Amino acid sequence: MATTGNKNINAKLVLLGDVGAGKSSLVLRFVKGQFIEFQESTIGAAFFSQTLAVNDATVKFEIWDTAGQERYHSLAPMYYRGAAAAIIVYDITNQASFERAKKWVQELQAQGNPNMVMALAGNKADLLDAKKVEAEASTLVLLLEAQAYAQEHGLFFMETSAKTAANVNEVFYEIAKRLPRVQPAQNSSGMVLMDRPAERIASTSCCS
Amino acid sequence: MDEEYDVVVLGTGLKECILSGLLSVDGLKVLHMDRNDYYGGESTSLNLIQLWKRFRRNDKPPAHLGSSRDYNVDMIPKFMMANGTLVRVLIHTDVTKYLYFKAVDGSFVYNKGKVHKVPATDMETLKSPLMGIFEKRRAHKFFIYVHDYNETDPKTHDGMDLTRVTTRELIAKYGLDDNTVDVIGHALALHRDDRYLDEPALDTVKRMKLYVESLARFQGGSPYIYPLYGLAELPQAFARLSAVYGGTYMLNKPECKVEFNEEGQVLGVTSEGETARCKKVVCDPSYLPNKVRKVGRVARAIAIMSHPIPNTNDSHSVQVILPQKQLGRKSDMYLFCCSYSHNGKFIAFVSTEAETDHPGTELKAGIDLLGPVDEIFFDIYDRYEPVNEPTLDNCFISTSYDATTHFESTVLDVLNMYTMITGKATGSSPFISHPAMSKLFQEHA
Repeated sequence: MATTGNKNINAKLVLLGDVGAGKSSLVLRFVKGQFIEFQESTIGAAFFSQTLAVNDATVKFEIWDTAGQERYHSLAPMYYRGAAAAIIVYDITNQASFERAKKWVQELQAQGNPNMVMALAGNKADLLDAKKVEAEASTLVLLLEAQAYAQEHGLFFMETSAKTAANVNEVFYEIAKRLPRVQPAQNSSGMVLMDRPAERIASTSCCS
Repeated sequence: MDEEYDVVVLGTGLKECILSGLLSVDGLKVLHMDRNDYYGGESTSLNLIQLWKRFRRNDKPPAHLGSSRDYNVDMIPKFMMANGTLVRVLIHTDVTKYLYFKAVDGSFVYNKGKVHKVPATDMETLKSPLMGIFEKRRAHKFFIYVHDYNETDPKTHDGMDLTRVTTRELIAKYGLDDNTVDVIGHALALHRDDRYLDEPALDTVKRMKLYVESLARFQGGSPYIYPLYGLAELPQAFARLSAVYGGTYMLNKPECKVEFNEEGQVLGVTSEGETARCKKVVCDPSYLPNKVRKVGRVARAIAIMSHPIPNTNDSHSVQVILPQKQLGRKSDMYLFCCSYSHNGKFIAFVSTEAETDHPGTELKAGIDLLGPVDEIFFDIYDRYEPVNEPTLDNCFISTSYDATTHFESTVLDVLNMYTMITGKATGSSPFISHPAMSKLFQEHA
């Protein structure tokens, strides 16, 4: 859930989409400015944070990757819990990955927070330039379909390329702008456990 | 799944998920499957519709209870000791970043027919009716001894070897009466029965120190914390750890049949006609029913109420311990209550190690403390422990969850299994400072 305080907003952001659509690549490009052509399936790091300054606020994204649990439809409900934003990623050259993206949107609308900001990212836009024009017809049809779908379901749509960095920062920036600035007061915000230095046996115990 | 794995884990209960996470972090290739289409196995949390399906055989909870998804009703109700082993495992595996916690408001004890707060501050101790004023002075001296006791510093031992002196002998030295001993043994040291009195006192002293350190950690009214969205977040968070380190997850896999060779060693696991070959299998008792035996039963009641448990200072989350002696039983009874995500409704549990076949009658003493309830469900489940020899068949089976209200025994079982599976640490295991833990901490720090 996005929480505000002196215009500092913490927002959990989740990525969803078909295996190989480029979820991790988008995050790596955004967080580290890197792109790896043959990115291994997500291993070892599935939690990033990155801060963005928008006009009136500083937004700290806590970005969750699926850690591959989407592969056999075994994504845990905690993944959606408290998410303020989601990027649903598909591969613009792959109709099937767009169909999967629509399923993820349904899943989010069923499981997620109703005020969630959702972005639909048509990734691998660089492949469009690389292909011959004739081969693009089906890709363009898919593009129009995606735009219409996004509009109809209250998402915003962008074509992105983790490879060239096109529109990657823009997607996150747009989400940061759209996050609600004022959240209803929450009495159940909870606390995060931290490691801390050597134990202080406090005097506030029954045994002192 | 038609591949070779180092370990196949069956069941996504908390124990199996912690192990799956630790083994993946160790670099082993792990496949984790569950026959259910949800995470958590026996330790899952149910929403209202799931709860009705399980206990009322229909999916129509009454509308006045509100939205089904606002409920996370824990099937194994336990709190976490704020400074206990589970918290340490969470921090050292960095899984804590996926979770939010809430301090539990109060810890109470049933004594002479009434519910009393277990004092959490000096002021509460002074005011507490649990002990008379002279008894408080005697108890204070004992608490100072426990507080100062340091296993490695003989000067703090007051000439006693606590690995030999029994708890009864130690307490006798301070002249405490039976009533105080009952409170100390059951509400602070969290023993389940009275066997500890004739066992070496070291364990009890360590348990008391854990209680006090946990109490100090968040300055709350109890030594307990609880995941904000229910206990099922815990297995999910460890499953995520496993997945992040390459573990493969498959839910909703029917059958999950463990295959053996002629020598009785694990070959793999078959589901839907495919076999995942593996060297070792880790699972809960339900996946290998021929390799476990029944060791007891837990009786419990789950109640939905419109008020907190009476006489607990309106605490929204609370534990009440009913020591066995106060009820004329062999084992303690526990009340557990939590609220916040339930629309102003409170979920209370009454549980105990079953001594009869009639949970309704047996749990009456606890249920009577709840006041009026909107809905109540009764349940009794069997507890199992493994009887196989893991060095021969390569099957590592967890023990069923016990009736205790916290996770210390749960994590102990996990650490013992981790040691057996990896051979990474050896030796017997005192309650808190398990050798596998220090090993774990060095590796993942």
